[in-house]
Amino acid sequence: MPDPASDGEVDRFMSDLASEAEAGGYHLNPDREFTRGLVRGLLANRERYGYISCPCRLASGNREDDLDIICPCDYRDPDLADYGACYCALYVTADVEGGVRAADSVPERRPPPGERRRQKEERALAGVAPGTLKYPVWRCRVCGYLCARSEPPETCPICRVPRDRFERFM
Amino acid sequence: MVMQHVSGADRGRVVLYALSTCGWCARTKELLTALGVGFSYVYVDLLAGEERDRVVREVERWNPRLSFPTVVVDDAKVIVGFREDEIREAVGA
Repeated sequence: MPDPASDGEVDRFMSDLASEAEAGGYHLNPDREFTRGLVRGLLANRERYGYISCPCRLASGNREDDLDIICPCDYRDPDLADYGACYCALYVTADVEGGVRAADSVPERRPPPGERRRQKEERALAGVAPGTLKYPVWRCRVCGYLCARSEPPETCPICRVPRDRFERFM
Repeated sequence: MVMQHVSGADRGRVVLYALSTCGWCARTKELLTALGVGFSYVYVDLLAGEERDRVVREVERWNPRLSFPTVVVDDAKVIVGFREDEIREAVGA
């Protein structure tokens, strides 16, 4: 076991994460003690694996297999939209941060190991992306930022306007 | 022996599969401890090699998503995630 991160390291990293989050329209969980524990876990994983994989998921140690759970994980934004928090609850939505509502319990969205292996094989076989769109494309009506995902972000990461300023583009 | 034991009231065989870095696993362990229930736990992320493979297969048998925390009571009742009410009910506390 490597040495655990010092309190100073944890606080510095948490402060960096909070600044980055706010700059991009995301919010760290306001429960500071709980969040400190998660940040400590991220640092432990960075020490162990070389990347900050999700503290609440079992990493394989193989970066390629763990890409989807490197924080911020592939599942953060859909979980924020559906439950008000990401799976480990490091990130929460603005209304959860503000205490307007509590985050729901977040079920695991990551496919089980067998399904991930199958998807990986399929991706390798598929090669080129098909002509049809896998996701809708959303456009920020204020700054023109485009993103392809199930729903627009809570806040535009470029110009900071809220979700209702987005329109379906494609 | 992989499992750590926390002594307490006998409410059946209570096993907690957890990650040492996970806040929800920590809350689950705190809850079981506060309820005074005897249980065993293991931090799967701290295991290595064959021991880890064996425990991972064990968790997958109860919870194919291999997510944490997973609590198993009497090799029958499985609770995935920090679901306080379900955990209380499963251990009769």
